Amino acid sequence: MAAFEAGAELEAGTTAAPSRRRRGLGIVFWLAVAWLGLIFGLAALANLLPLEDPTRMNLLARRALPSLAHLLGTDSFGRDLLSRLIFGARNSLTIGLIAPLAGLCVGGSLGLVAGYFRGRFEVITVGATDVLLAFPPLILALAVTAYLGQSVVNLTAILGLLTVPPATRVARAATLAVAQREFVVAARALGAGHRRILARALLPNVMTPLAVLFLLAVAVIIVAEGALSFLGLGVPAPAPSWGTMIAEGSTSLDIAPQIAFIPAAAMFLTVLAFNLLGDTLRALTDPRRAAP
Amino acid sequence: MLGLVGRKLIYLVPVVFAVTLLTFFIAALLPGDLAVAMLGDQATAQNVAALHKKLGLDLPLWQQYLRWLSGAMVGDLGSSHRTGETVMHAIAGRLPVSLELMALAEGGGLLIGLPLAVLCAARSNSVFDRATSSGAFAMLSMPPYMLAILLIFAFSIRLGMLPSTGYIALSDGLFANLRSLALPAATLALVEWPVLMRVLRSDMIATLQEEYITAARAKGLPKRRILLVHALKPSSLTLVTVAGLNIGRLLGGAVIVETIFALPGLGRLLVDSIYSRDFIVVQGVVVFVAVGFVMVNFTVDLLYILLDPRIRHGRV
Repeated sequence: MAAFEAGAELEAGTTAAPSRRRRGLGIVFWLAVAWLGLIFGLAALANLLPLEDPTRMNLLARRALPSLAHLLGTDSFGRDLLSRLIFGARNSLTIGLIAPLAGLCVGGSLGLVAGYFRGRFEVITVGATDVLLAFPPLILALAVTAYLGQSVVNLTAILGLLTVPPATRVARAATLAVAQREFVVAARALGAGHRRILARALLPNVMTPLAVLFLLAVAVIIVAEGALSFLGLGVPAPAPSWGTMIAEGSTSLDIAPQIAFIPAAAMFLTVLAFNLLGDTLRALTDPRRAAP
Repeated sequence: MLGLVGRKLIYLVPVVFAVTLLTFFIAALLPGDLAVAMLGDQATAQNVAALHKKLGLDLPLWQQYLRWLSGAMVGDLGSSHRTGETVMHAIAGRLPVSLELMALAEGGGLLIGLPLAVLCAARSNSVFDRATSSGAFAMLSMPPYMLAILLIFAFSIRLGMLPSTGYIALSDGLFANLRSLALPAATLALVEWPVLMRVLRSDMIATLQEEYITAARAKGLPKRRILLVHALKPSSLTLVTVAGLNIGRLLGGAVIVETIFALPGLGRLLVDSIYSRDFIVVQGVVVFVAVGFVMVNFTVDLLYILLDPRIRHGRV
């Protein structure tokens, strides 16, 4: 569950950005962008590519090593690994993007409104986030999955829920920091209503920290989806997801380790790329951020 | 200082209460009848009716909650409907394994992270610092299940040095016990150290800019003493908080690691109960873990107040 505290870090500003001095964005940044572009492109075009059906088993060609017929080999059921990797990317990335996006919309609005109006609504919102944060994230996700049942939609909703509290906190902190500033007072003096102040004066100031949180949350959610799928409580079989693939491969580590290592490498690079993007954006937008 | 403790304590009560409320009402998300879901394929009308009566499922939801809460207050979280074992007994049997695993993991994480942080802070922006910091950043993208299979592959399959499954109790010898926990603890320690290292490093770099460090240098104190005594002590405050907050992540990681390495811990109990749809146990474990986590965070807050003289004397 690496970096689930990304939100807390952003809010408290405890992580000084790495002291690397950035001249331009650096090659690592562009490598990360290129990798994400590749993965997204493949996932988007999966249906158009000449790939085997990711769920078609071929028991005669189990655990085949990479060859021309199967570029990355096959898994323990003889299913094509490349095809499963790309269709798995579809599931992992769809959940990994939609869940944080939904969570950030809900949490961001709550935090914005709480930070602007203060009062009882703020007390309740802060209290509710504290209660949600009282649960270790994976435990909460497991408990909800146990009752709600497994499906891609449920999984997205559950993982989205996990991103609500950090988003609320970040948005509230960012709103509090600017709510009393001159341009807000000026907007009010000019007769702007609450809605206009929230949308035109405050929202732009909240967007940047939320965008950073989004990129880091995508990384966290891809990992969390993998964890649930790894435990057999994520994307329902036989549909592929990276977590499921790693779990399935881990049972034949001794004879064919590549079955687990290939999806693991894909997930690691993707998560790393999102972390790099998030970190770069944070460093770019406010290198000396003390507290948002 | 007492006022601060009091205020935190007063806030603790509603949070714990809300945690129990949420845990209980998550069950309402279940589509359909809880008793039918628990009994699965063997459900007959009679069985379902009996379980309804036993669990009080026919009562209104708020009465069910009060019943459950009043039991929970005195440590009665019901009993497993598969094995008949009380939830508290099951938790008590599994908790030591998880606690030992987490203690070893946190200790291991500190063992790697703390020296690296001090070395990096002492020579910040050197090649060593940049390499280590980049390594730590990359490690943050490594989830525990990935590290676990890498470690199993290297140490268990290739080198044949350590067992990949099975748990040997402490009563069967300390060495055998530690051996059986080596890979799972190492997995979590490798997940932990980058977090601890990054926090301590940036705190120490900030501390080393302080005037009293310059004064200590001017006094001619040895570099080692400045680093390890004058700089490390005040810098380790955030580390305490992070180490506390990490417990939540460790608990999540423990679920995965205990499942992979077949350790009879709390996380495994939770996952197994989910698999067997033993919802009374699921509920009990979740509320136990969540309340425990709240308490740990509260204790860490108190520790922080105790440790930091500025807060202790109300001078911040």
